[in-house]
Amino acid sequence: MRLPLPVLVLASIAVLFFALPLAGLVWRAPWSHAWEYLTDDATVTALRLSLICSLWATVLSVVFGVPLAWVLARVEFRGRSVVRALCTLSMVLPPVVGGVALFFALGRRGIVGQYLDQWFGIRLPFSTAGVVVAQTFVAMPFLVITVEAALRQLDLRFDDASRTLGASRWYTFRRVTLPAIRPALAAGAVLAWARALGEFGATITFAGNFPGTTQTLPLQVYLSLETNPEQAIVLALLLIAISFAVLVGLRDRWFGRGVSPGEVA
Amino acid sequence: MSLSAVIGLQLGTLTLDVDLEVRAGEVLALLGPNGAGKSTTLRCLAGLAPVDTGRIVVDDVVLDDPSADVFVEPEHRSVGVVFQSYLLFERMTVLENVAYGLRARRVPKAEARRRAGDWLERVGLGGYADQRAGALSGGQAQRAALARALATDPRVLLLDEPLAALDAGTRGTVRRDLRGHLETFDGMCVMVTHDPVDAYALADRVAILDGGRVVQVGTLAEVTAHPRSRYVADLVGVNLVSGTVADGVLTTPSGARVVIADAPPGPSFAVIRPHSIALVREVVATSARNTWPGTIAGVDRLGDRVRVTVDGALPLVAEITVAALDALGLRPGDEVHASVKATDIEVYAA
Amino acid sequence: MLLRCIVVGGAALVLTMSVSSCGSDSPPPSAAGGVTGTIVVFAASSLTDSFTEIGAAFEATHPGTSVSFNFAGSGDLATQIIQGAPADVFASAAESSMTTLVDAGQNAGAPVVIARNTFEIIVEPGNPTAIVSVADLARPDLVVVLCAESVPCGAGAAAVLAKAGVAVTPKSYEEKAKGVVTKVTAGEADAGIVFVTDVRAAGTSATGVEIPTDVNVISRYPIVVTNEAPNPVAARAFTDFVAGLQGQAVLASYGFLAP
Repeated sequence: MRLPLPVLVLASIAVLFFALPLAGLVWRAPWSHAWEYLTDDATVTALRLSLICSLWATVLSVVFGVPLAWVLARVEFRGRSVVRALCTLSMVLPPVVGGVALFFALGRRGIVGQYLDQWFGIRLPFSTAGVVVAQTFVAMPFLVITVEAALRQLDLRFDDASRTLGASRWYTFRRVTLPAIRPALAAGAVLAWARALGEFGATITFAGNFPGTTQTLPLQVYLSLETNPEQAIVLALLLIAISFAVLVGLRDRWFGRGVSPGEVA
Repeated sequence: MSLSAVIGLQLGTLTLDVDLEVRAGEVLALLGPNGAGKSTTLRCLAGLAPVDTGRIVVDDVVLDDPSADVFVEPEHRSVGVVFQSYLLFERMTVLENVAYGLRARRVPKAEARRRAGDWLERVGLGGYADQRAGALSGGQAQRAALARALATDPRVLLLDEPLAALDAGTRGTVRRDLRGHLETFDGMCVMVTHDPVDAYALADRVAILDGGRVVQVGTLAEVTAHPRSRYVADLVGVNLVSGTVADGVLTTPSGARVVIADAPPGPSFAVIRPHSIALVREVVATSARNTWPGTIAGVDRLGDRVRVTVDGALPLVAEITVAALDALGLRPGDEVHASVKATDIEVYAA
Repeated sequence: MLLRCIVVGGAALVLTMSVSSCGSDSPPPSAAGGVTGTIVVFAASSLTDSFTEIGAAFEATHPGTSVSFNFAGSGDLATQIIQGAPADVFASAAESSMTTLVDAGQNAGAPVVIARNTFEIIVEPGNPTAIVSVADLARPDLVVVLCAESVPCGAGAAAVLAKAGVAVTPKSYEEKAKGVVTKVTAGEADAGIVFVTDVRAAGTSATGVEIPTDVNVISRYPIVVTNEAPNPVAARAFTDFVAGLQGQAVLASYGFLAP
């Protein structure tokens, strides 16, 4: 396919826009000290914490997000658009605002948090679980939006066919719906994971910052910017490298074209 | 063992008011124009749409009864459906498609695949078991869809325009095969079609659905012998006039008068065959008791015969020879009179 | 076809350049001796309220001037200025950040200390957990939060704890003093160590517990005009204003100590 020149020019500018900051980081990185920064105890701890928490956040996003997407796509009810807006609100909220809101909901004196504390002794702020909660809060909407869009595009008549054959709703979902939305589900999960991995504002506001418990890699990057910008650059590149690896690795296999059950792929 | 369905349903502008009975081993065809509610009726029988009022009973089991708050979901009904576009799961193999219903009902995998394989042989798709369902041709897909629906041994088989998606060449073969399968099917079968040839070839009885209501039920011969709806009249190719008979005259709601031979009074239908209508430019005294004025709306040649559509107080289609057309020099827009003898008009109670 | 390419490419280039030039909106240089125009002040977050008031007073004293502020962590601000951010004035909450700037040669003239700040323990209104000394912070039942050591507030807190010989494991190292204040005022944490001015700024939402002078640490706030200040004349006037009577009065009203 011949590429029209205006398209090429605009697309090239877009690529440069994303590539230049990365190039800037690579150029300024203190390569001679990079290894010692990367193997620093604090870094390794922060990295491990980041990976574990973001994976948990992704799992929770899928477990709760898919049913939510299903309801938003399939069930007609009054105020559906309000509910949808509510559930995706954290996408447009500044993350710190999200963190503060979580505070007042789940904190020690929060609406629900106070009962969690009094009855179950559960304290989310300052805990790793709090990090997962904050990350899930900002990441889940990405999954919900992606999956809901895919569900809306499906031809519901195949669900009809499945049910007349005796399949329960769950069986239909498992064998007809899920395979059809698999690419969207994968894309949504990766988006959610990436968002969770990079999450900063809500995490530090709600969960706080303590090495080993709540200090994720983005927090460490931000703090080292104060005293040791060189280390910050190396850590930032580490985060970028991880995200890059995942996005490139998952590219084709999972992101394939979305196909409905009746389409010849 | 039977199916009894009384369906009252309001869907948009369609008011469905249907009453059907089907015996075991019988095939009932639902015939009618588009929008009459045929597919909606099937959906109600399948459980894909609940009725507003009425009752659906299959083999003495109530499937849908709003007044008793009973509604059985489609997955719990013993129903097999062949959809108009087949709706095969195209990413699965043909065998997986046919086995789908069995697997969904918790039949162990090996047995489900064996039974599915048997069915594929029966419909003549034995060699296609491992092909992707999306790769089948129209005729093959139809057979696969049928096998899939029958594999679960349903009590009720519902076919929605089973041959509509096929080209003329395949249709004949598939129709023949389908008849074979329907003959061995011992449950109740309801088939929706708009093609009377399908109804003739495959069905035992026919129900004419028009405007949401069943206007006629019977064998195809019975129904076409005495049309009771415009749809059937058009099917058969006759003029149908409805009105009230009193003193040897049938008066239509628009006020047109049809003089007829003896007939009992009351609401009635009158059939006027096109070839018994004579067209005249000027009214002359003849033994024909009926003469109606009108304007020629259209002229259709069919070999050496011509069908002339006449608009007027009593719209009619007349059939005359080409020679007659030329002799009278009839053209669309001309004023003519349509003339019919009372003895040429068949009248029966509505 | 070629002409269209050139036009599109040229338009794109012009667009990019004009957008980038938006970022460095420099005011025209002021007339010699006249204090006018915009000045951009980069100041530590703990100076937010006081400097905003000083800015308004400065604008009133010198009509035709406009002061805009960028409040953030001192270390961040120093980094930004070194990387070329267009600041006229830099006011830091710690001498270490100012040293970083001076070492990079980004100052015009010697920095001047315009205020001092000491530390205080911040607790919820009414001091419900009955904290009276630094040593109390080590109580296991308390939820204590501190600033991260890489920010001035945190370095100071660590020094105080060291002087008092108390070891505290906080639940969180916040990246700015306001973070500690928020957590305490919202009831999430029982106590923290922040600047006296931070406790004052919290008003009735918090109570302060004094830290005795023998263990307390003094933080000095230096101010300087930057080397590449777009408006050096007005910038100098501003630093003089801050160091002068009016500026000092405002600072004192917020709880700062004289330099």
